[in-house]
Amino acid sequence: MAGYQHFMSTVQLGIKTLLLHKLRSGLTMMGIIFGVCSVIAMLAIGEGASFEAQERIKALGSNNIIVRSVKPPEQARESNNSNGRSRGIQYGLSYDDTARIYSTIPGVQRVLPMRIIRENVRFYEMELPCQVIGTLSFYPDIVSIDLVSGRFISPMDEVYKQNICVLTTSLAQRLFPYHDPLKQIIKIAGNYYKVVGLVREINTPGDRPQSGETEGETMENNVYIPLATAKTRFGETIIKRTGNTVNSETVQVHEIRVQMQDQPYVESADPQIRTLLARFHKEEDYEITVPLQLLRQAEATKRMFNIVLGSIAAISLLVGGIGIMNIMLANVTERTREIGVRRALGAKKNDITIQFLVETVVLSVGGGLVGVIVGVITPYIVTAVTDMNTIVTPWSVMLAFGISGAVGVVFGLYPANAAASLDPIEALRHE
Amino acid sequence: MGDDIEVMALRGVNVDIHQGEYVAIMGPSGSGKSTMLNLLGCLDRPTAGAYWLGGEDVAQMGDDALSDVRGRRIGFIFQSYNLIAQLTVLENIQVPLFYQGQSMQESYERCAELGRLVGLGDRLTHRPNQLSGGQQQRVAIARSLVNDPLMILADEPTGNLDSKTGLEVLDLIDDLNDSGKTIVLVTHDNYVAERAHRVIQMKDGLVDRVEVKRASGEARKKVNKRR
Repeated sequence: MAGYQHFMSTVQLGIKTLLLHKLRSGLTMMGIIFGVCSVIAMLAIGEGASFEAQERIKALGSNNIIVRSVKPPEQARESNNSNGRSRGIQYGLSYDDTARIYSTIPGVQRVLPMRIIRENVRFYEMELPCQVIGTLSFYPDIVSIDLVSGRFISPMDEVYKQNICVLTTSLAQRLFPYHDPLKQIIKIAGNYYKVVGLVREINTPGDRPQSGETEGETMENNVYIPLATAKTRFGETIIKRTGNTVNSETVQVHEIRVQMQDQPYVESADPQIRTLLARFHKEEDYEITVPLQLLRQAEATKRMFNIVLGSIAAISLLVGGIGIMNIMLANVTERTREIGVRRALGAKKNDITIQFLVETVVLSVGGGLVGVIVGVITPYIVTAVTDMNTIVTPWSVMLAFGISGAVGVVFGLYPANAAASLDPIEALRHE
Repeated sequence: MGDDIEVMALRGVNVDIHQGEYVAIMGPSGSGKSTMLNLLGCLDRPTAGAYWLGGEDVAQMGDDALSDVRGRRIGFIFQSYNLIAQLTVLENIQVPLFYQGQSMQESYERCAELGRLVGLGDRLTHRPNQLSGGQQQRVAIARSLVNDPLMILADEPTGNLDSKTGLEVLDLIDDLNDSGKTIVLVTHDNYVAERAHRVIQMKDGLVDRVEVKRASGEARKKVNKRR
């Protein structure tokens, strides 16, 4: 208890001494304040930048492999083109590919083929562009979506090719500003569909391959219908007339989601699927995305980012520390007489060391505290001004604060020892 | 360079100072009186010989033990007061006790009492730069008393003061001696030395002569009245 009180008195004395030179102490603390602030702010910006990317990738599912149809390059299509008036191309993935992947790749749990068509959806006078996605009942198990109300497509809908659909909430809100969307009938490309459910899709990938064209943005405006329904209502060929020419595009499957049983299979399945598809496709009219690999890349990038930002910030802390050391050395010289007096009055070398060390640590920890406050606020300002996503992680705050304390001890030891090793007689004589 | 040359500041000095005595040390500059004072104050150790302070041979002690002896047994009064600028009067008086492990709360009563004793009861929260020289020296005297020392060492205590406040300070020191404190005082001033029981005159690192002004317990001559 007495020891604790004694120590607190030393701390109080240190604070009092520092307050004697408010401007000097304040300026000295600046270095640490900026250092700590930049550590926290930079790590927050780095964390925020990678967070969004990682979330988007995670939403794709780390156990999934995504195979998409891609329109082959222009020249390749010219051969199909007999006359200038009508052009028909056929490309992309097929139902056969789906079956082959399911039956030959080890570790496959489920394979989900999808058709994605851009169309306008109508409800009375309201007409909006949307993505019609023909899919199967287990779509929600593979792609992260939340069922908001009603139900998703059921296996029975698939069997009976039901004219039902599920809407994303954002589309439903715009299409039915005044109605309950459930059980309403909407019209897409001449056919009527009953709304059975609403979902919220988390992070819709924006770059899906699609057939058909509509004006405007279709992001998040998804209409899910049973795959079999999509097959019969829309067919596989989308015909498009522009003036004199007729373009037709035939794509069986726009996207295949392959869900693997476990992560190790994801790694092995990627080259296997490539080999398999290469055998049955003359040209590369598909692309394979492995979210797990993207995730790893994103994490590696983030690590690099953190190291670079962290070291810049660490350098500023170092400079702050040197600033403190410099001031404390000047302080020791200035207070030589005081040190002599204290020694004469019974202070041991250790007492002097502790006194000066406490002052340095008070400076750096005080600076650290202010720095933490400023550093936690700064990312919010950055977000407000630049629209960048920032995340202040607790570990970065602790790291920065811990470093500031360590800086105080490391850079305080030398001046404190210099003070303690002064000869009391010389110190007392010092003018 | 200078480290290689050994200067024999004191060359065989044999002095006994008794409890309750008032001893003045005088001598021209370079006579060794500062070294003498440093040795007496345990700030320095003799290269040879012994120094018995209250039954302990201080000459063989290490640095920390010496600090401890200074803190417990010796009170210092300096020519330039040497108060710590950032501390209040009360806190300055508390410093020696602080280094003996007493917290500020524990030593508060005693130190406030000493502050009142030297006539600064109403200035306990002032800082040294708010006080006059005489007041500062009185704080230093209170500080020298706080650890109840065996011996009070005063190095030219009136050197920085005008004659009137100097006399007040000397009277205060006299009072301490009358109450049983052992005083060793270094001075250039014969009038100051007149107050002591014995005056040790030093010259070239040796005790030149010892003048006995009065026997221990004998009333001091009122020399100050002539000034």
